[in-house]
Amino acid sequence: MRNFLIKVFRFYYNGFRSMTVGRKLWVIILIKFFFMFAILKLFFFPDLLKKNFSSDRERSNYVIESLTQIK
Amino acid sequence: MFQNFDISLVDWSRGQFALTALYHWLFVPLTLGLSVIVAIMETIYVKTGNKAWKKITKFWMTIFGINFAIGVATGIILEFEFGTNWSKYSWFVGDIFGAPLAIEGILAFFMESTFIAVMFFGWEKVSKKFHLASTWLTALGSNLSALWILIANAWMQNPTGMHFNPDTARNEMVNFFDVALSPTAINKFLHTVSQAYVLASLVVLAISAWFLLKNRDILFAKRSIVVGSVFGLIGILLTIYTGDGSAQQVFKTQPMKFASMEALYEGQDHAPLIAFGITGSLDENNPGKYSFPVRIEVPGMLSYLSSHDANTFVPGIKDLINGNKEHNILSLAEKEERGYVAIMTLKEMKEARDTDPGKYKELRAKFEDPQWIKDYFAYFGYGYYKGENPAKLLPNIVMTFYSFHLMVLLGFFFLLVLLLALIWGVKDRIAGKKWFLWVLVWTAPLAYVATELGWITAEVGRQPWVVQDLMPNVTAVSNISAITVQVTFWLFTLTFTILAIAEIKIMFKQIKLGPKDGGQ
Repeated sequence: MRNFLIKVFRFYYNGFRSMTVGRKLWVIILIKFFFMFAILKLFFFPDLLKKNFSSDRERSNYVIESLTQIK
Repeated sequence: MFQNFDISLVDWSRGQFALTALYHWLFVPLTLGLSVIVAIMETIYVKTGNKAWKKITKFWMTIFGINFAIGVATGIILEFEFGTNWSKYSWFVGDIFGAPLAIEGILAFFMESTFIAVMFFGWEKVSKKFHLASTWLTALGSNLSALWILIANAWMQNPTGMHFNPDTARNEMVNFFDVALSPTAINKFLHTVSQAYVLASLVVLAISAWFLLKNRDILFAKRSIVVGSVFGLIGILLTIYTGDGSAQQVFKTQPMKFASMEALYEGQDHAPLIAFGITGSLDENNPGKYSFPVRIEVPGMLSYLSSHDANTFVPGIKDLINGNKEHNILSLAEKEERGYVAIMTLKEMKEARDTDPGKYKELRAKFEDPQWIKDYFAYFGYGYYKGENPAKLLPNIVMTFYSFHLMVLLGFFFLLVLLLALIWGVKDRIAGKKWFLWVLVWTAPLAYVATELGWITAEVGRQPWVVQDLMPNVTAVSNISAITVQVTFWLFTLTFTILAIAEIKIMFKQIKLGPKDGGQ
C-alpha cells in the first residue's frame, strides 16, 4: 500500500515537473480560483438565505411571505 | 402587482446570469467534443501502432487541456449567483437541483479529474491500453458532467417528477427517473452534446485547414480533417434529429416559446415555417404581433415540426393570450385567475398554520389533491400577472425568432461544409482547394455563434419563466441592490475579457508550435 502511494505521488510530482504550457495554465487556474473564492464569494456573493436566517423554518417563512406578497 | 418588484434589478440579474452562462458555454462544447475526438485518435494509434497518430493525438490533447484549464470552474460563478441573486429560486427548486448536481460533483468531476492526470502525465508511464481507457473515461466524465446540469435545466423548462411542499415552499423530488429521463431532458442532453461535437469538429477542421494553407504538417492536417469531418457529420445529423425532438417537446410544454420562435401570431392548421424572414414593426394594439416585410414560407412545415403531422393546429401568440375554446387553450386571464387562487391559498394556509389548525389542514390538503394541483397550482406563476398587460408574459419575440432561425441556418451550413470536407478529405483533394480551406477557418467562429444562439433561443424564448408556469423571474430574484449586481456585472465583463484574451493567446501560440513541438 505504501509503495503504491509513493508511486502515485511520484506520478503526479514528475507529471507536474515535466509540464511546459501546463505550468502557465496552472497559474491561470490558481489566480482564477483565488479571484472566485477569496474575492467574489467572500465579498460579493454570500448565500443570502444562509446568511440572513438561522433555520430552514425561517427561510421557508421568508420565501413563502415573498411569494405571496401580492395585492 | 408589479410595484413590489424592482424591474431594473431583475434585468441586471438576468443580464449578469446571461453573461456568465454564455461565457461559460464558450469553453464547454469544445471540451465535450474534443475529448471524444482525442479518444478516437488515440484509439487509432493504439490499433495501428502508427506513431504519427500519437503525435496527432498529443497535439489535440494539448488544445483540449488549454481549453479545459481556462474554462474550468467558470460554471461555479453561476452557482454563486443562484445563492445571492436568485436565492428565492434556489430555495424553490433546491431539492430538485440538489440530486443531479450532487451526482455531478461526486461522479463526473472526480472521474474527469482523476483520468485527466493519467491522460496528460501517463504517456510511457502506464500501458497503452490503460492510457487509452483513461482518455475515454475523461471523455465520458466530461459528457456526464453536462448530463446532470442539462437535466436540471430541462426540469426548469418542463417541471416533472416533483411535488410542491407548501410548508417549506420547496419542490421535492417524487421520482428521480421522471426528472432525469423526461423527454425534455433526453432531447436537451442529446441536442446539446451533439452540437458540441459539431463545434469541436469544426474547430479541428479550422486549425487543420490553417496548417494546409501554411503548407506545413500536411499529413497531420489531412488526417485530422478526415477524423473531424466524420465525427462532425455524425454530430450534425444527430443534432438535426434531436433538434426535431426538442421542437416537439417545446410545442407540447412551452407553446409560447414555440410560437415566438416563428413569431406566429395567429394559430393555424397546416402552419408554415418561415424559411427566411425579416421582422418589421410591432402592432401597438396587439401584443406580440409583428409585421413581416420579407417572408419566404414552407407550407405546413411548422405543423409538421410540431408533431410530425402537417395538419396539426399550431397555436399562435394571439391564441395563447386570448385563449381558443375550439382547441381547448386557456386564455392568459384565466390562467392568471387560477394562479392567483393558488397564491392566495398558500398565503392563507401560512397565516392559518399557527392560529387556525382546522383551516390550515383544509387548505394544506389542496396541495395534495391532484385535481386541484392540475387546475390551480399548475398556473401558480401566472397569478403574479393578474390585471397586468399580457405583453409582460411574452418573451422577446424578435430575439427568439432570429436566434432560432440563424441557428437552424448555420446548422444546415455546417452539414454542407462537413460533407464537402469529408468528400474532399477522403479523396485527398482538400489541400488544393484554397477557398474551401478559408471557409473552414471561418466556420469555427460561426460554430460558436450557433451554439450560443441555441441557448438564447432556449432561455430567452421561455421568459418570463424561471420555472415554467410556476415561477417568473420577478419572484425568483433576491431583494438586493441593483447597484451591487451592476458592479459584479462589469467586474465579470473585465475578468472574462482578460481570461478570453489569455486563452486565445495561449491557444494560438500552441497551434503555431504545431504537432511536432506541442507540449503538455
